[in-house]
Amino acid sequence: MATGFDPSGRLPDIFLNTGTSSFTQFLSAAAPELLPGRRPLPPGLNAGDVAPHGTTIVAIATSEGVVMAGDRRATMGNLIASRDIKKVHPADAYSLIGIAGTAGIGIELIRLFQVELEHYEKTEGAMLSLDGKANRLAAMVRGNLGAAMQGLAVVPLFAGFDLSPVDSARAGRIFSFDVAGGLYEETGYEAIGSGSLFAKAALKKKYREGVSTEEAVRLAVEALYDAADDDTATGGPDLTRKIFPVVMTATANGTHRLSDEDITTVAEQVVSGRMENPGG
Amino acid sequence: MQFYASPEQVQRDRSEYARKGIARGRSAVVLSYEDGILLVAENITTLRKISEIYDRIAFAAVGRYNEFESLRRAGVRMADTIGLTYDRRDVTGRALANAYTQTLGAIFSETQKPYEVEICIAQVGATPEQDELYRIMYDGSALDEPGFMAMGGQAEAIANVLRERHDVAADLPTALALAAEALGSVGGENGQTRTLEAKQLEVAVLDRRRTGRTFRRIADAALTTLLGHQAVPDADLGETDAAPPAPADAKPTESAASEDTE
Repeated sequence: MATGFDPSGRLPDIFLNTGTSSFTQFLSAAAPELLPGRRPLPPGLNAGDVAPHGTTIVAIATSEGVVMAGDRRATMGNLIASRDIKKVHPADAYSLIGIAGTAGIGIELIRLFQVELEHYEKTEGAMLSLDGKANRLAAMVRGNLGAAMQGLAVVPLFAGFDLSPVDSARAGRIFSFDVAGGLYEETGYEAIGSGSLFAKAALKKKYREGVSTEEAVRLAVEALYDAADDDTATGGPDLTRKIFPVVMTATANGTHRLSDEDITTVAEQVVSGRMENPGG
Repeated sequence: MQFYASPEQVQRDRSEYARKGIARGRSAVVLSYEDGILLVAENITTLRKISEIYDRIAFAAVGRYNEFESLRRAGVRMADTIGLTYDRRDVTGRALANAYTQTLGAIFSETQKPYEVEICIAQVGATPEQDELYRIMYDGSALDEPGFMAMGGQAEAIANVLRERHDVAADLPTALALAAEALGSVGGENGQTRTLEAKQLEVAVLDRRRTGRTFRRIADAALTTLLGHQAVPDADLGETDAAPPAPADAKPTESAASEDTE
């Protein structure tokens, strides 16, 4: 719990200050140990091999918003650490976040980012703009730079439905990041993680501007199949265990995770297509 | 020259000061109904008296705005910190009520000027019997209210109306009509009742049927319809609390400079 709690049980002054509407800024003063990137790591050590890594995430802008999909594998060196990790999550009612890199820090970053957006919304009584959310996430990634240098890098992919877009035909927007906190808006599609080269190459050939959500879901699953085809750290559709990618959409109706039945159908179509033509 | 004032006298003066301040403002009522908890405040401004704290917890306050606003922010911060440290299920209305009583109690006894506020922490349960309503007073005293409460202004008269007619099995339009009638039962000229319109009311619910964030504001068209004793589809009950930023009418500049100079 937060440091500096008054022995009387009274809320400490820092809680009652006007302060800011940013939860991470509040935590950095009230309970800095809760922030990733604030923990000292032993110098000179590369911690990259001791923690599981999450891999490929793809995002596609559609005519109605965005689709984001992630495979289910986490690896530790040559081992599979998890077969069913979820790396794509809703950030708030209209945006999605996926992570690649050190899974533990990534999941923590997602939780913190979700609270950050909700906290702002509750405090101010209004949602942040989509650019505001992306900038905030960039600052949080930047805060993790020290750990990233020691092998605990995490890079998110952020996409959402812009409720107040400059161009209403482009309400679905995608943002990518680098470990230093660089923020880049992408057009059309983007992928991150170890299989991203293959996923992006697949999308480059198949993506057309203004695809429908349904088509984009298929494209995303195809792209993840291609990533898994050539990258050992990316998991393909697991037909024996019925483990399929997590696919989420963000549209004017909010965020939505595709049901198990829906994604099973799409994944089985993709796999049976590959039975005939392995190259897709 | 110092005059001696007994501790009792000091406390009495502070209490009277705080009570007068609270009674000057407009009132708010909170009550359980079939599908949740209804929070209604008489409020013609856009400065809110009712807000979301967490998934199933809401905050309502009367009195001085700057004082209850800082308490509200503290509550949101505390709830979000607990929720992040442990789990979302571990954020409870009772813990928040405890923190508020301690805080208001300390402010009342330690500072020259007490807070002129009265607040309600409402936590919606699976059934009306499991709802929790905590009233926290300016001096830190706390009460667990049975299904309904009124605070601020002529709270006692309003509570009497609620006491006679409150029914936890009522639907939303009925509960809202009762709340509006109770709030309008005082403050008219020559003791007459008033009929409150949509624009005079700030209304929100904690909807017990929802999962996750249950807080919904009810405003504008949906509120007018409900005040006309008609039901409103759930989907039209409004966003959690999120009026999104207004649409950008022109290309936003990337710096503080005007577009011409970019």
